[in-house]
Amino acid sequence: MTEFLIKNGFVFDPTQGIKGDKADIAVKDGKIVKSSDISSKAKTIDASGKAVMAGAVEIHAHIAGPKVNEGRNYRPEDKLFTYTPKSAGKRMAGGFSIPTTFKTGYEYARMGYTTAIEAAMPPLFARHVHEEIKDTPIIDEGALPVFGNNWFVLEYLKNKEIENTAAYISWLLDVTKGFGVKVVNPGGTEAWGWGLNCLTIDDPVPYFDITPSEIVTGLIEANEYLGLPHSVHIHQNSLGNPGNYTVTLDTLKLAEKFKPKNKFGREQVLHSTHLQFHSYGGDNWGNFESKSKEVMDYVNTQKNVTVDTGCVTLDETTTMTADGPFEHHLTELNHLKWANVDVELETAAGIVPYVYSPDIKVCEIQWAIGLELALFAKDLMRCFITTDHPNAGPFIRYPRIIKWLMSAEARKERIDTFKHSAKMVEATHLAGIERELDLYEIAMMTRAGPAKALGMSSIYGGLKPGMDADVVVYDFNPQKPHKPDDIEKAFSRAAYVMKTGVPVVIDGEVVNNGNKRTLWVHAKVNENPQVMRDIKDKFLRYYSVTQANYDVSKHFVPNPYVIEVDAT
Amino acid sequence: MSKSVTDVICPFCGTLCDDLEVVVSDDGKKIEDIYNACAIGAEKFMHAQAAGRVTKPRMQQPDGSYKEVSYDEAVDFTARMFYKARKPLMYGWSSTSCEAQSIGHEIAEKSGAIVDNTATVCHGTTLIAVQDVGIPSCTLGEIKNRADRIIFWGCNPCHAHPRHQSRYSIFPRGYFTNKGHKNRKMIVVDPRDSDTAKMADYHFKVEQGRDYELLSALRVALRNEPLPETVAGIPREKIIEVAEVLKSGRFGIIFFGMGVTQSLSKNHNIDAAIMLTKDLNEFTKFSIMPMRGHYNVTGSGQVLGWQFGFPYAVDLSRGFARYNPGETTSNDLLRRDEVDAVFVLGSDPGAHFPISSVRKIAKLPSVCVDPHITPTSEISKLHVPVAFVGVEVGGNCYRMDNVPIDARKVVDPPEGVLTDVEFLTRVNTRLDQLIGGK
Amino acid sequence: METVTLTIKNQPTLYLEADTITPDNFSGKKASEIAALHAFEGRDQFTLGKYFEVSGEGGATAADTRIVVKGNVSRVKYIGMKMTAGEIVIEDNPDMYTGAWMQGGKLLVKGNVDAFAGIGMKGGEFVIEGNAGNYLGAAYRGDWRGMQGGVIRVKGNAGSDIGYFMNGGTIIVHGNTDVHVGTHMEGGKIIIKGNAPSKVGGQMVGGEIFVYGGIDVMMPGFKYVQDEDLEVDGENAKFSLFYGDTGERHPKRKGQIVYGKLHLRN
Repeated sequence: MTEFLIKNGFVFDPTQGIKGDKADIAVKDGKIVKSSDISSKAKTIDASGKAVMAGAVEIHAHIAGPKVNEGRNYRPEDKLFTYTPKSAGKRMAGGFSIPTTFKTGYEYARMGYTTAIEAAMPPLFARHVHEEIKDTPIIDEGALPVFGNNWFVLEYLKNKEIENTAAYISWLLDVTKGFGVKVVNPGGTEAWGWGLNCLTIDDPVPYFDITPSEIVTGLIEANEYLGLPHSVHIHQNSLGNPGNYTVTLDTLKLAEKFKPKNKFGREQVLHSTHLQFHSYGGDNWGNFESKSKEVMDYVNTQKNVTVDTGCVTLDETTTMTADGPFEHHLTELNHLKWANVDVELETAAGIVPYVYSPDIKVCEIQWAIGLELALFAKDLMRCFITTDHPNAGPFIRYPRIIKWLMSAEARKERIDTFKHSAKMVEATHLAGIERELDLYEIAMMTRAGPAKALGMSSIYGGLKPGMDADVVVYDFNPQKPHKPDDIEKAFSRAAYVMKTGVPVVIDGEVVNNGNKRTLWVHAKVNENPQVMRDIKDKFLRYYSVTQANYDVSKHFVPNPYVIEVDAT
Repeated sequence: MSKSVTDVICPFCGTLCDDLEVVVSDDGKKIEDIYNACAIGAEKFMHAQAAGRVTKPRMQQPDGSYKEVSYDEAVDFTARMFYKARKPLMYGWSSTSCEAQSIGHEIAEKSGAIVDNTATVCHGTTLIAVQDVGIPSCTLGEIKNRADRIIFWGCNPCHAHPRHQSRYSIFPRGYFTNKGHKNRKMIVVDPRDSDTAKMADYHFKVEQGRDYELLSALRVALRNEPLPETVAGIPREKIIEVAEVLKSGRFGIIFFGMGVTQSLSKNHNIDAAIMLTKDLNEFTKFSIMPMRGHYNVTGSGQVLGWQFGFPYAVDLSRGFARYNPGETTSNDLLRRDEVDAVFVLGSDPGAHFPISSVRKIAKLPSVCVDPHITPTSEISKLHVPVAFVGVEVGGNCYRMDNVPIDARKVVDPPEGVLTDVEFLTRVNTRLDQLIGGK
Repeated sequence: METVTLTIKNQPTLYLEADTITPDNFSGKKASEIAALHAFEGRDQFTLGKYFEVSGEGGATAADTRIVVKGNVSRVKYIGMKMTAGEIVIEDNPDMYTGAWMQGGKLLVKGNVDAFAGIGMKGGEFVIEGNAGNYLGAAYRGDWRGMQGGVIRVKGNAGSDIGYFMNGGTIIVHGNTDVHVGTHMEGGKIIIKGNAPSKVGGQMVGGEIFVYGGIDVMMPGFKYVQDEDLEVDGENAKFSLFYGDTGERHPKRKGQIVYGKLHLRN
């Protein structure tokens, strides 16, 4: 069964400009092919009256690794009464805001997601991240190691040593089997080693004689020097604070002087993640307000920046981030249990449960901001749907966000039932926005856009012949009248999902564990004895493991998809 | 010609030292010398080489003696035990690799078992406290590079984690601690005059069972609230003095052990210690870390975590996972006759559980998987010898600070002896056949 | 009100999980339908009818349904779990999780209950004529939202960790308790008419604890405020009021710090 024909669906594919035309998608040996290239023996899947898209691509979620697992283990109450029993071929699956690895794979697949990027991998814990990725069925995954508070990076960039920074990045991606360059609260997390923080891009990092702005520009330069598939992926300074939108604009402007340089078709030099948390006005929680317009007005003019939304879903969830000082700040606000891990020479992480209540004004405003970012976006190939899972809500709520974005009626219904709807309306723009996104735009935000931003547009995010056969059929007829909840229902349980040519979901149920791959980037650079000496020295003097035991050996990545980059 | 294997991981305690050097004979069969290990770690390697090692499974006979059987028979016996049992207990998992744990969990899911690890009699109470109030912690390298206030509460690393102080906590010179132990103030809380206590700048000889009150008093002192004249046998002035010492540091850490996790108040002691740590973060930077015992008990909690969402005492009997220490913990299950078979791998409950629990194990269908003859193997219906993880076979392990380190193989196991992974895989396959009606 | 009587006829060899025994599940059902409700023993699913003789039938609603459980149920867990209305009378000693996550109605146990009775309770009346085990009216592991409402009355003694993370409702123990009463309590009321050995009110943020007998060792973070005459559980007495736990965080209301209250009977 290596040939398939998905017939008569309404196809939405931004990579080919197909906007809901009836078309057939042919699949052979795991790839999309021209309909003329398959035989009459091809298995036919009837998609008539249904929407057909490529597999969706998750650009930012916390789904594997030490802090995710600490979140699982320290929240038994997150599993209470929410478990799905085991069934034929499927493991038992539990957890609401921090699902087990099995549930993570199953739930993404059921929504039509076939690829996901783990958003923050602490390099010292890379082996753990890969153990979890290995145990997450179906979806292809890559993980972004964090660089923004790494001592090598701070020391090289203090002296503007771009080539050395690039050589170090190349080495770290190789030994951790990493996918790209993540930056979390640049400088601020190192400051957290002393209980401090960097709240603007010019705050000096204690003892390292460098500022967040220098770290970000240096890493962008190194990233483009290497020509990696993905750009620098940043979680900015001052996350979650009223008035932080000025810091956000300051950071985004750092990208202006750079041009993308890569062979992957990527056009941005900076991906700014979970922008909702960074688009706040006011100077306290009382006069807290949306600055989504100011932020998106800038983003709309800057072709070399991409963003994802970080939409609040109004659930009880678990926040977790490498932004250690932020989580400490949060636990001081809500007094809920606080976990923190500072990681030697590299990073930190914090975890705090959080209840986004529709009865709390700030949460209502946060909910509006997330949606506004998407609705103000002029180019939906540069603005992607996320919940920064699980920070603003669990990823299983994507269908609900899609509903809110596609239906002004659904948004109004939600606003009207808020406890402080009048105050929320006053502090935000959302009630005045009529725009309703269509399926083509949703396909840009969840497929073609993120695939391109990750530099993976040759295989993911579209249905062009030659691309991976990641195909999704939703039981949703765009030509028939529908209620807003029909959208949520259709996107929650895809009618049919194929992953690299293997049917993995039928009628919303997982039928096959697929052939999941781990994505990592092998970036070749010229020999750099100085960097190799520095690495050896740091392991001898400051790390608590030996260099030989740091390297993630290949058996942790049993089915790799290695992306080769030559920067020699 | 001998050859030297470097960067070897020590499969003894949660410190998981990874800088051992082992000299091996040319044929890869005999360990000749061990460098860098502590006395206990070195013994662990040498023990693997001891004469008279069991290399064949042994089945208990009606008269209590043991008879050698083949691995095939052992696999079949074990799989049938899981097939018949309605609520088997699978205990141990702390002295084996994450890969083995993972296969064990597959068997557990199929047979509706309860998976519990040695935390149940050790740091399980810590895990409960973490679930209640969280845990601000860090990796051991952070201690080496930054810490200047070190508390050992209810633990004695000089004997239980022998290289802890030299590698991480007291003596090393790190990035911001270039004077080594001179940079650091050391506080020990222990009713005993342990060797660790003898090194301390401050030693609180806490009254037994009153750690909770003493921790609470330190929190009261931080808030400048009034205190009784003495708390837990410690004068008020001393408590206030130490509270000031903790506040005045730049980076502090509380290491704690079974002296507080298993004495009166159990999880509440750890809860209070974690809250003290949280309070101290309003003045300076502070962390807290359990001194985990077995070299991979932490790993068992991790694998259980990502597969089921709970770190120990995971009850899979109903086809989904549940967890509640006090009910789903091994000794409670055995005491209350809640389980009908026992499988032990990577621990020795025969030596560490209360005698009442051990008697229960002896009465039930039971399998013990262990490289050696142990008190547990001697009461089990079947003993299956296996290769030593970290000596004769590699595999992933997690250090006490959750850092994953891939253990190395140093020498070959005795001929014909299976590894944990190989044995469990065969049991899993046989169980599938039985479930499939074969 | 209709009455359903369950009389145990076959003892489980392991333990029986019978979370189906609630007025909510029994209402609108005949005896045969009730006997067909599931019950678990280990990994095997059976029916209530395998273990119990069922007579009578459920009322139209949960509120109209009364359940009487007879015989030795010391190996039966979860009776009355999540019940919202109606009545259950257990004549013997049920095992763990009796009345767990109970939301309403009346639950009477004439014997003793084992651990985790009334955990996560939100409402209703729960009377235990014998003794209670550990974690009575406590929170489930990891949850900061323990008992929220309702009343639990124990005529005998109770174990350790009662009212752990309690937020509301009342627990009354006529006898003595073990250690850790109202740890992490933020609201509600615990009344102990006997003794409580130690660790009373540790990490208490709010709420009230009354102890009529003695406390061997007080927590260090409680400060004496004043003597008061109070009416408690229908009787008047003189109490010493302490504020605490002073080592814990406390909210402010109208500029005043709000403490937990510990009342010791003089």
